[in-house]
Amino acid sequence: MTGISVAFGGVSALSDVSLTVEPGQVHGLIGPNGAGKTTLFNVACGLVRPDEGRIVWNGSELRRLRPSRLTRLGISRTLQGVGLFRGLTVLENVMVGAHRHAKAGFFSALFAVPTSDKDDARLRARAMTALEELDATGYATRYPDSLPYPVQKRVALARALVADPELLLLDEPASGLGEDEMHELGDLIRTLSGRMSVLLVEHHMDLVMRVCDRITVLDSGEQIAAGTPAEVQANPAVTEAYLGDEVDVATDAAALAAADGREG
Amino acid sequence: MLQFVNVTLNGLVQGMIFAAFALALVLIWRSTRIVNFAQGSMAAATTFIALAIIQAGQSYWVALVVALLSGFLIGAVIERVVIRPVEGGPELNAVIVTLGLFVAIQALIAIVFGSSFQSFTTPFGLRGFTFGDTTILLTPNSLYVIGAVLVTMLALIALFRFTRVGLAMRASAFGQEVARLLGVRVGRMLTLGWGLAAVVGSLSGLLIAGGGLVYPAYMDVIIVSGFVAAVLGGLDSPIGAVVGGLLLGLVLSYVAGYLSPALVNMSALAILVVVLLVRPGGLFSSSTARRA
Repeated sequence: MTGISVAFGGVSALSDVSLTVEPGQVHGLIGPNGAGKTTLFNVACGLVRPDEGRIVWNGSELRRLRPSRLTRLGISRTLQGVGLFRGLTVLENVMVGAHRHAKAGFFSALFAVPTSDKDDARLRARAMTALEELDATGYATRYPDSLPYPVQKRVALARALVADPELLLLDEPASGLGEDEMHELGDLIRTLSGRMSVLLVEHHMDLVMRVCDRITVLDSGEQIAAGTPAEVQANPAVTEAYLGDEVDVATDAAALAAADGREG
Repeated sequence: MLQFVNVTLNGLVQGMIFAAFALALVLIWRSTRIVNFAQGSMAAATTFIALAIIQAGQSYWVALVVALLSGFLIGAVIERVVIRPVEGGPELNAVIVTLGLFVAIQALIAIVFGSSFQSFTTPFGLRGFTFGDTTILLTPNSLYVIGAVLVTMLALIALFRFTRVGLAMRASAFGQEVARLLGVRVGRMLTLGWGLAAVVGSLSGLLIAGGGLVYPAYMDVIIVSGFVAAVLGGLDSPIGAVVGGLLLGLVLSYVAGYLSPALVNMSALAILVVVLLVRPGGLFSSSTARRA
């Protein structure tokens, strides 16, 4: 993506942001709240149309990118929450994700001709394999609402993976996860990068620093830094924008302590 | 005792038709969050198509198939052309559009087929089965009604449970945006949903017409009961619609049999009001939050 700009009404959400996810790499996208991470993500999957800029995928420019074309292009994404279909079982949820691998056409599937029966069986098998990879086969017949949140997140990830994408967009995959689960997730993302490129939006710095090959930092819709984790960490602009909050907290704490001291 | 049996049988047959009509409403509500007030007119239109075919000398079965197919087409075209532009907009817009369709289609039927009362044949007899010297109110035709609705429901269950298209339709109903991101052609699924719903609605129209008189507004009575049945079962649940339809059929039949036939419509509305006051989500709802 090059030179992406988006404005909502008069408010600029992204201005002239460029980002390239190299094949087989994990690319992190970080920034404080409201920096425009999710907007950029939505641009990448066609939910938001950029006012300026170009999106190039596998050598060809994507004009008028529409969300429903995404999986056919080989791009999958997970959502910030879990976004599972409530009334479908876990297995069925994952099967919907495998949709693009069905061979039978729409009408033969509707009238259940034999090729489409075989198709259904294949989709089911694919979905089971994806669940296996994420260690969730035991939940196949359950409904999402009855499962703990971390398991729901794994199922959502399985649903994105089952399409066998070339590019996986992960929107805050670690939110709501505990320390151990986050660690497992990191290992998983590293394994995945052997098969596909990953664009990762995440708040948890340690996870991002551990798994990403390259990182782009946004602040208030502008790209303030890009590079390897080490380069980004060393960049003073990042520390200011990002860790600025924590510095504030520290100052506040010091001020409070001082105030307490005076009262005490 | 005989009267009780007869009233119950009558209620079950009526209930089956209500169930089919309510099911059509639920299918559309689930996929597009629109209450289709035009359902009755659409069903009436297909019944008149069937009538024209029968009058042209074809058999009832040919007429039935053509009517159901044209029902599918009407439903699909209406979704694609009239409903699509108001989908996702303010709910009131869609309500007004379907109400407009309700009136427009009814007027169109009157223009094309005339507005006189015409009799509609049945493929099966209307004389009750006889045991010894008592005749009960169960006719070959009522068996046909029950059978046709049951077969349709089983076919729908099979479609939704066991096929890939059914899966995609359910996914679209539960989360359009997410389904779209996963590569489901949601628009197509909505068109298909409306088409299928119109087939089920048409079936209820044809079944209620069998052995009776039809005129452009003959479905109006069923519309009220169908809506009550759908609300009774909770608009979201296909199974609820069927159970609601059967329950309503029985209750109304008991009212007609033991109190007065004049009270039937009034009691249908009374049930509607009570359900909306006491259990607005329907008899089988587990969710508490629901918008009107």
